Amino acid sequence: MTEATTKLVATPGQTIGPFYGYALPFEKGHELVHRAHPGSIRLHGVVTDGHGEPIPDSMLEIWQADEHGKISRQDGSLVRDDHTFTGWGRVAVDNVGHYTFTTVNPGPTEEGKAPFILLTVFARGLLNRLFTRIYLPEDAEALANDPLLSSLPEERRRTLIAEREANGDLRFDIRLQGDNETVFLSYPGA
Amino acid sequence: MSAETQAESFENSHVLDPAATADSQETINKEIGDIHAAYRQGVEAGGSEETQPRIDFAPYRSSLLRHPTKDLHHVDPETIELWSPAFGHRDVHALESDLTIQHNGEPIGERIIVQGKVLDGDGRPVRGQLVEIWQANAAGRYVHKRDQHPAPIDPNFTGVGRCITGDDGSYKFTTIKPAPYPWKNHHNAWRPAHIHFSLFGTDFTQRMITQMYFPGDPLFSLDPIYQSITDQKARDRLVATYDHSITSHEWNTGYNWDIVLTGSNRTWMEDEDAE
Ligand SMILES: [Fe+2]
Repeated sequence: MTEATTKLVATPGQTIGPFYGYALPFEKGHELVHRAHPGSIRLHGVVTDGHGEPIPDSMLEIWQADEHGKISRQDGSLVRDDHTFTGWGRVAVDNVGHYTFTTVNPGPTEEGKAPFILLTVFARGLLNRLFTRIYLPEDAEALANDPLLSSLPEERRRTLIAEREANGDLRFDIRLQGDNETVFLSYPGA
Repeated sequence: MSAETQAESFENSHVLDPAATADSQETINKEIGDIHAAYRQGVEAGGSEETQPRIDFAPYRSSLLRHPTKDLHHVDPETIELWSPAFGHRDVHALESDLTIQHNGEPIGERIIVQGKVLDGDGRPVRGQLVEIWQANAAGRYVHKRDQHPAPIDPNFTGVGRCITGDDGSYKFTTIKPAPYPWKNHHNAWRPAHIHFSLFGTDFTQRMITQMYFPGDPLFSLDPIYQSITDQKARDRLVATYDHSITSHEWNTGYNWDIVLTGSNRTWMEDEDAE
């Protein structure tokens, strides 16, 4: 890391508000790969509030490595030619707070690292975006060695690990508040 | 609307005007004032200055059930977190930065240019990155099916723009000055005029969505979204500056607004920096 002498103060964030639906979501935004892509999976779940009610006006973005753990430097996310893997996706949840991405399981970016998908949450009523990680559930040893996960008590740690469904899909629910509230992250310089 | 809210309004169905049950602007002002006063006392007592909005800010009623109650968990960014998706001219056409030419006729309203730079916390320009904006029209109406404000839709204005930043981090949009619009947070609530901005940095941890405001808006002190930023200096960072050098003769007025993202945590190679 360079000597991080931060000279400028960051501009504040604000809520995405209710009216992004005609502006930000785009065709196939949730398809990081085509559904026919070998090894494609569905990543899905529900966004809920402090009463456990679904939030119908939330937008999510994911950013991840490909199945070999390679981080894409390709542009073309917004045009979705169905063969360029850019690693980034965006989706607006539906009326019952449910979201679906079509993607691949990210590979470990380094030998022995627990693979995860980075997730950003925006919503009306949420004054600033939230970050979290969606860990794949399989590699128990890598998960046990992960610095973030091992710094959390078990009931909090659980909220970051996706559930693998029988058909290979990943389930990851996002609870903004209350019981089993998802762990959200902050980073240096924020 | 949640099932609970629906049940509540059913039970209260004898109340003809739903707004009659809503809080007054005075109530909201008092709540904002109390939170700000407590914040200033804290700073005077040696507390640190805030630079971002509170996510737990009750005067903005929709935030009540939508903010995490536990502290954000601090983590050192790794791998994917140190990179951002790439966007380029394959993704965005140059004409998408002009919101006044998307239809057959000229939109109604004050034509403006909004321009500035996207920088990281070390002052490095954020090059070749995606900037997206969306906004209401000159009457305060969005082209969105959930916007029920009875103000006219302008057939010549959609209110969506995109661009890719230049080598110096610069962006530039030609658009129409949006008007304030009413919302349902409390009785007779109005948002100050604003343009929504969506930004990417070099690290995905810099991802942000915010709102740009216009100088001197009389609604600032009344707006719980703007006032969720407790620090005046931080609030000022969301207000553009009128810049006569951007204004052009018999055509448009102009505003400048620079955006600073949180610091990059990536290891910057010298050549990358100078690229
Ligand atoms: Fe708005």
